[in-house]
Amino acid sequence: MNWHSWQEFLYMGGYALYVWGSFAVTAILVAGEILLLRLHRKKALELALNTVKYGKVKNDENEA
Amino acid sequence: MINRFNKYRYASPATFYRLAGRLIPWFYGAAALFCVAGLYIGLFLAPTDFQQSEAYRIIFIHVPAAWMSMFIYVVMACWAALGLAFNTRMSFMMASALAPTGAMLTFVSLWTGALWGKPTWGAWWVWDARLTSELILFFLYLGFMALQSAIDDPRRADRAGALIALVGVVNVPIIYFSVRWWNTLHQGASVSMTKAPSMASIMLVGMLVMALAAWMYTIAAALSRARCIILERERNAQWVAQMLEAEA
Repeated sequence: MNWHSWQEFLYMGGYALYVWGSFAVTAILVAGEILLLRLHRKKALELALNTVKYGKVKNDENEA
Repeated sequence: MINRFNKYRYASPATFYRLAGRLIPWFYGAAALFCVAGLYIGLFLAPTDFQQSEAYRIIFIHVPAAWMSMFIYVVMACWAALGLAFNTRMSFMMASALAPTGAMLTFVSLWTGALWGKPTWGAWWVWDARLTSELILFFLYLGFMALQSAIDDPRRADRAGALIALVGVVNVPIIYFSVRWWNTLHQGASVSMTKAPSMASIMLVGMLVMALAAWMYTIAAALSRARCIILERERNAQWVAQMLEAEA
């Protein structure tokens, strides 16, 4: 273990802005992508459900 | 004959949809585990660097993201090539599913690179061969996505996107070898097949574990995006109706 205290850990030898700036933005982007994927899934499911309910369901591509 | 062929073609996305649905939680789980382990090694076990002090810890994000940004593009181009060669819909859908995650990780590698460049080189950005070619990679991802969303007919969008993916793939070896071909500010490869890695082994282990986390995350995200794309495109297919009715 390199750190003697939490303050020292957070201070990152004076490079806190650069190190935590990297880790935080990456975490936000990953979390954001997961959130967007959830939204995408909800929308895609809704679209498919509506198509099944109201749209024409093809049995075969040749019918179209 | 034509009927059978059609059914056979429909079977592929349906099978993929179910299989992916079962695999996604495992890949997310593995990603989380590797991420926690990698961060623990990188932030708590790895020692302070004698030259760069703590600033070097950006490596645990920067290098895995940069590796993945290139690798995802190559995989995307392979799917695009398969799609163009065999006209398989699933291949095109996989290419589209990979692009946003690839773009995100390319941005992460540029962002963390800037935050690493400032304290070590004194500049957020330089128009150096490695940085510039990685920026071009970012624009290639964005171009692929913009082109696909601009064309309404999915078949034409797939083909146009595949063309960008294939043409752009020449940029990947340029990124990789840029530090050797040109005199750049960016350091050379820390890990190579031919010589021993130029870093302490605990740092290397932390970086590799984070790279595994990035791999697992990318697979999980691409699979779940592929499932959304399948639902959107196959919503007229019989199997989607049957599946949704069975779940309701």
